Amino acid sequence: MDLTYTEEERDFRARLREWLGKTLPELPARPSPDDWPGRRAYDLGWQRRLHDAGYAGLHWPVDAGGRGATPTQHLIFLEETERAGAPYVGANFVGLLHAGPTIAAEGTAEQRARWLPPVLRGDEVWCQGFSEPGAGSDLASLRTRAVRDGDAYVVTGSKIWTSHAEVADWCELLVRTDPQAPRHRGISWLALPMDAPGITVRPLRTLAGSAEFAEVFLDEVRVPVANRVGAENDGWRVTMVTLSFERGTAFVGEVVACRRTLTRLARTAQANGRWDDPVLRRTLGRLHGEFGALWRLTQWNVSEAQRSGGIPGTGGSVFKLAYSHARQELYDVAAEVLGADSLSLEEEWTLDRLSSLSYTIAAGTSQIQRNIVAERILGLPKGR
Amino acid sequence: MSAVDFRLTQDQRDLRAGVRDLLAGRYGREALRASVEADGALDRDLWRELGAAGLFALRLAESGGGVGLGLPEAVLVFEEAGRALLPGPLVATHLAAGTVPGAAEGTAVVTAFDLDGPLVAHLGDADAVLGADPLPAGTPVRSADPLTPLWRAEAAGGAGVEAYREEGALLTAALQVGSALRTVELAVRYAGEREQFGQPIGAFQAVKHLCADMLVRAEVARTAVYAAAVTADGAEIAAAKLLADGAAVRGARDCLQVHGGMGFTWEADVHLHLKRAWVRARQWRTAAGAEELLAERLLEEAVAG
Ligand SMILES: Cc1cc2nc3c(=O)[nH]c(=O)nc-3n(C[C@H](O)[C@H](O)[C@H](O)COP(=O)(O)OP(=O)(O)OC[C@H]3O[C@@H](n4cnc5c(N)ncnc54)[C@H](O)[C@@H]3O)c2cc1C
Repeated sequence: MDLTYTEEERDFRARLREWLGKTLPELPARPSPDDWPGRRAYDLGWQRRLHDAGYAGLHWPVDAGGRGATPTQHLIFLEETERAGAPYVGANFVGLLHAGPTIAAEGTAEQRARWLPPVLRGDEVWCQGFSEPGAGSDLASLRTRAVRDGDAYVVTGSKIWTSHAEVADWCELLVRTDPQAPRHRGISWLALPMDAPGITVRPLRTLAGSAEFAEVFLDEVRVPVANRVGAENDGWRVTMVTLSFERGTAFVGEVVACRRTLTRLARTAQANGRWDDPVLRRTLGRLHGEFGALWRLTQWNVSEAQRSGGIPGTGGSVFKLAYSHARQELYDVAAEVLGADSLSLEEEWTLDRLSSLSYTIAAGTSQIQRNIVAERILGLPKGR
Repeated sequence: MSAVDFRLTQDQRDLRAGVRDLLAGRYGREALRASVEADGALDRDLWRELGAAGLFALRLAESGGGVGLGLPEAVLVFEEAGRALLPGPLVATHLAAGTVPGAAEGTAVVTAFDLDGPLVAHLGDADAVLGADPLPAGTPVRSADPLTPLWRAEAAGGAGVEAYREEGALLTAALQVGSALRTVELAVRYAGEREQFGQPIGAFQAVKHLCADMLVRAEVARTAVYAAAVTADGAEIAAAKLLADGAAVRGARDCLQVHGGMGFTWEADVHLHLKRAWVRARQWRTAAGAEELLAERLLEEAVAG
C-alpha cells in the first residue's frame, strides 16, 4: 500500500495547476441551464482546450487515442480540475466516461478511429439510449427492435430518460436483434447517428425545472451494421462493460466536487453563525470524514481495476451506493446551513439539492445496486 | 519506485493470511466460548504466544528484538484479531511494547485509561497501565461485554494516554473493521442456510439489502483504516475510527436481526461482536470527539481555501 506521489506525478500536478490557472480565466461565461446549444458549445469548447493542451483521454489507452496516463495521474487530473473550479464534463459525460471507454475496450480498429478522436477533440456529443418506458431496472426486457435489412438494421421503438439527447450526435443504443432468443442473448449495442431520418426527440422537464433528459422515438431508423460494437446478440456483455464504467469510475470526479462543497459549506456556516450549532458542526465533520474515505475507496478501486485491464469491477456498486447517499445528505446539510434560504432557487445549493435526488436512481437505483452487492459479491441466492 | 498503488502487497496478504491461520488454530470458536465461561479472565499462555508471534513487538525495530513492520501491517494484524474476537488489552499492550518491560514479549499485560473516565478494562489481569504509574487500585464493575472485564479505578489517570491516542484509535478501528467484516460473513452464511416460506431467507430482498449495506459500511471503513495507516494523519485516523465504529456496531446489530431469535441468544456469537464493538467505540476516540476533530480540520481547510 503506497500513497506517495512520484517526482513525475508531482510535476504533472504542478504543470496542470499552472495550465488551469492560466486557462480558466480565459473561459467564456457559463450559459444558462436552459440554453442547450450554448451548453453544448461551452462543454465542447472546454474539451477542445483540454485536448489541445494534451489532457484529453488521459487514462485512455494510447491505441484508443488516449495519453496512456497512469490511474494516479487521472486522479490527480480530477482533483486539480475540481480544486480549480474547472467546468464539469457536462455534455461530454457519456462520450468520455462510458460510451468512449466501451468502444475503446470492445470496438474494432475502424470503430475506434471513427468515434474516439471526435470525443477527445470535443467535436461530438454522445448520449445513452438504454432505458425504455417498459425497461428501467429490468434493462434486459428492452423491446426496441432492430431488423436486419442488407447492410443496415432497421430500428423501431422508444427510449426514455435519455440525457443530452437534444444535443447529441451519437447515441449508444441497445436494441433487440433476436426476439426469439432468451432475453439476455438477443441484444446488440449500436452507435446511432442522431441525425438519421425517423428519430424524434421530445424533451422531458425534470423536477429541477430544466429539460435534462428526453424521450427518443425511433421509427424505422436505418443504422449501418458496421455501427454495431461487439457481435450481434452479444450486446448484453458489452452493456455490462458500459455499466461497469458508468458505475465504477464515472462519478469519481464528483467526490472531489463534494469535498470542495463541504469546505464552502463550512465557510458559510462560520460566517452566518450556524457553525456554533454542535449538531450541525458534527454532521459536517462526519461528512468530511466520509468523503475523505470515499476518495480513498476510489484510489483503492482504481488500483484494483488495473488488475482487470482497466475495467472496474463490482466494487463500483459499493462505491456508488455509499457515494450517492452521502451526496444526498451533503445537500440536506447544506439546507441546514442555509436555513430558510434553502427554499430559494436563487441559491446554487438548492438546485444542487434537487439534482442530487436523482443520484440514487440514475445509473442503476440503490435497490438494484444492493441486489448486485448481495448476489454478485456476497453470493446470496436470487429470489423467486 | 514509490507511487500511488493503494493495494495490499503480496507480503501484506501473506501476513494477513498467516495471522488468520494462527488465530483460527489457537483461538477458534471453542477457545472463544471458553473465554466467555471464564468471565473474560485472560489466558496468559495465549498472551505469551501472541507475544512470541510478534503481535506486540510488530513495530519495534528488529535491532531491538521487534519485527520492524509499520502501521499498515499492524492494522492488518489487528483486523484479524478483531475478526477472531481475540480478547484482552491488545492495543494498549502493543503500544506499550518497548516501554513497559515484558509487553513486547507478551509476558506482561498492559491496559490503558482509554475509556474517557475512571473505567479501565482488564485491570485485574494487568501488570501495568499505559502512562500511569503505579498500577491504580480499583473495584470490579459488572461489564456489559463478557470478554471485557471492567474496573472502576480510584483515580483516573487519563493524561498518560494522550501520546498514544492516535495510534490507539487507529488500531482499535482496525479491530472494529475485522469484527464488521466477520458479522457480514456470519449474516450471509446464516441467510444462505436458514429457510422460511420455502426459500433461504437470504433470497428475501429485505434481508439481502441489510447484508449489502453492512458490506458497504465495512468496505468504506476498511479503506479508511488502511489509508490512515499509510498516512498516519490525525484527521484520517479520526475518520477511520468513526467509520469503523459505525460499521462494527451497526454490522453486529444487523447481523443480530438477520439471525432472528437465534441472534438474541447467549449461544450465538453475534452478541459478543456487538458488545465488544460497543466497548471499542468508547475507546481512544469517541464518535463525538472524532466528529469535532474532523469539523475543526474542515474549517482549517476552508479558511486556507
Ligand atoms: C437524471 C437521470 C438521468 C438518466 N439518464 C439516462 C440516460 O441518459 N440514458 C438511459 O438509458 N437512462 C437514463 N436514466 C434512466 C435510469 O437508468 C433509470 O431511471 C433507472 O435505471 C431506473 O429505471 P426506472 O426509472 O424505470 O425505474 P423502475 O425500474 O421502474 O424502478 C422503480 C422503483 O422500483 C425499484 N425496483 C425495480 N426493480 C427492483 C428490484 N428488482 N428489486 C428492488 N427494487 C426494484 C427501483 O429501485 C425503484 O425504486 C436516467 C435517470 C435519471 C433519473
